[in-house]
Amino acid sequence: MKWDMDFALEILPDILEAFLRYTLVITSLATLLAAVLGMVFAVIRYVRIPVLTQVTTGFVQFTRATPIPIQLFFVYYLLPDYGLTIGAVTTGVLVLGVHYACYFAEVYRGGIESIPPGQWEACTALSLPQQAVWRRVVLPQAVRKILPSLGNYVISMFKEVPFLVFISVPEMVTVARGIGGSNFRYVEPLTICGIIYLLSSYPASVAMRKLETRLEHA
Amino acid sequence: MSTPESTLPPAKDKSFIHFDDVCKQYGDLTVLDDLCIDIDAGEKVTLIGPSGSGKTTILRLLMTLETLSGGYIWVDGKPLWHQQKGDRLVPADQKHLREMRKQIGMVFQHFNLFPNMTVLQNLIEAPIRSLGRPKEQAIARARELLDSVGLAEKESAHPNQLSGGQQQRVAIARALAMDPKILLLDEVTSALDPELIAGVLGVLRELAETTDITMLIVTHEMHFARDVSDRVMMFDKGKIVEQGPPSQIFDDPEHNRTKNFLSAVLSAG
Amino acid sequence: MEGFETFEVGPWSDLIWEGLWITVYATVLGTLLAIAVAFVLGLLELSRHVALRASARIVVEFFRGTSLVVQLFWIVFALPVITGYRIGEPEMNAVIALGLNFGAYGAEVVRGSINAVPQPQREACTALNLTAVHRFRRVILPQALPLMIPPAGNLVIQLIKSTPLMYLVSVVDLFTVGDEMRKAETGSIGLIYLGLGVVFFLLSMIVVGLAQLLENRAKRRLGQKPVSIVDTALGDASTSSTHAPGGAI
Repeated sequence: MKWDMDFALEILPDILEAFLRYTLVITSLATLLAAVLGMVFAVIRYVRIPVLTQVTTGFVQFTRATPIPIQLFFVYYLLPDYGLTIGAVTTGVLVLGVHYACYFAEVYRGGIESIPPGQWEACTALSLPQQAVWRRVVLPQAVRKILPSLGNYVISMFKEVPFLVFISVPEMVTVARGIGGSNFRYVEPLTICGIIYLLSSYPASVAMRKLETRLEHA
Repeated sequence: MSTPESTLPPAKDKSFIHFDDVCKQYGDLTVLDDLCIDIDAGEKVTLIGPSGSGKTTILRLLMTLETLSGGYIWVDGKPLWHQQKGDRLVPADQKHLREMRKQIGMVFQHFNLFPNMTVLQNLIEAPIRSLGRPKEQAIARARELLDSVGLAEKESAHPNQLSGGQQQRVAIARALAMDPKILLLDEVTSALDPELIAGVLGVLRELAETTDITMLIVTHEMHFARDVSDRVMMFDKGKIVEQGPPSQIFDDPEHNRTKNFLSAVLSAG
Repeated sequence: MEGFETFEVGPWSDLIWEGLWITVYATVLGTLLAIAVAFVLGLLELSRHVALRASARIVVEFFRGTSLVVQLFWIVFALPVITGYRIGEPEMNAVIALGLNFGAYGAEVVRGSINAVPQPQREACTALNLTAVHRFRRVILPQALPLMIPPAGNLVIQLIKSTPLMYLVSVVDLFTVGDEMRKAETGSIGLIYLGLGVVFFLLSMIVVGLAQLLENRAKRRLGQKPVSIVDTALGDASTSSTHAPGGAI
């Protein structure tokens, strides 16, 4: 079995297009959703509203421990029963976003709890209003500490986008598998996927590790 | 534990800071028991005594960092942890506490400067957001204060670029930027290297001599205490053992407990 | 409620047990392979020879940097073409992919934990003239083990969450069974997937419990205090490189 360079070059544009149009876009949108929703979850859990906090905590722990394909099928096949037809891509963004929001929430919480109590006390001593305490003192310090964790989760999510093959989203790996199937040549498309993933995630991981060491010494 | 309600009529003619049968418990542990203290406006009072005697707790109760288990605290004729409703006293709400806090400032043992802000930003944050001062005014005042503590050239530095002594002086300036009537100093030199202590004490000495801020100081620096205090209170197990002018406490204490404590501290120091 | 109609589980129960068995089987074998791979790569990364270290590093970064799905498809579709022969049982493809992928993440855990054993311990071994093998077996490894177990537990849970990928390569695991049920019992989609979720959640909790037990046993041998279940179960996100596909817990 030899590597067919012509074939590889012929399919490269399709694979790259799927990567840019779907894999990257889905990762970005899901990250946004996770960042915002995760913050909501974290605040609810921190502020401790009677029923809402318990429900949120239960939801977060359950979602984190359950496989993404199950969540994908749950949303994708159940929603039509309720008359809602959202496309596969939207389902993918939604499920990935909510799933990772649960991880983000834990990271946010860890970040807030790692703020030394002395900082909170100084805010009381200066009688800073609540809004300023969060916006100007607590969150800026917390975000700095948790950036590497969040970055690593985004890279994780990026590598899990191919799970969306379950619901036929035309992202890169799904497209590659399709090309492989129709041409009976799997080596080239799958290898190209591997290379693209390696080229994107390795530098990103290295950057996160560097960021982590830099922040530790700050 | 929340502060209790009561039907006591509002106080009149009380001293500037008045502790009225104050109790503080942590679970089963009673730290302060029916404590009564009177402090006049402008007085400089030092609290001394062994660890766990309740001195820091008194400061933290005043700064509303801990809640009262029992009793009342009056500041400038108004209750701190309570509010007047008609002729009754009810536990204070957040709004009342926030208002009362504005008159009180605190300097901490571990400085607690905000690491994500420069020195200048640390100083102007609270005056702008809590007191509502215009930015230019806050900056001007901050610069004045930085100059008075000898750190004018450090206004753009970050806390982690300063020595411990410098950070503490910034912390003092930050507290003063709020123009508090009462300044609480909680072992502010205990976390400093020996050669940096003098700088901070110098600033505090000048503060005590040139302003009429009421100062409550918890410290182990006995020479400093003797120099600046109008009154010294010796604490043990949550009660005042003895109080009086420095000359009395340091030179001629009446109680054995005071004598034992001072001889232990002064011989070790 | 729409999608949550109850249905007769009876006729399905055989299939469900078979599916569950496959899922557990793949998990256990995958984990064993991952542990082996993790130790081999992890120890190689700590080798004194630059060439060995570099090679191990490359393998680790390769498996961590490409997606698990890509690796699985590659093993199932591309490998047979290249080597001319295919692996008999389809589950084994999944086991190999899971083992290699999670083994690479595990290598970091092994390496990190061994490095975390304080240097003075090694110096004491030198002073007592212990051989390197002896030192590793009797001093370093016992101290590294309690450090390895919590992150390893996380990785196993991520592995479990990745087993539904077997559906894509025609293995009848629990998830595939669930899908068959969905197609037949069209009114109970919500119930089916909720149920599947609960089963996987329980599997995760079992892993957490086991990890706890193992960790406490390892710690007791060192005279350290045991851990509480609550702290570990809902652990925090680590910034270290132990994030595998399937998400972290």
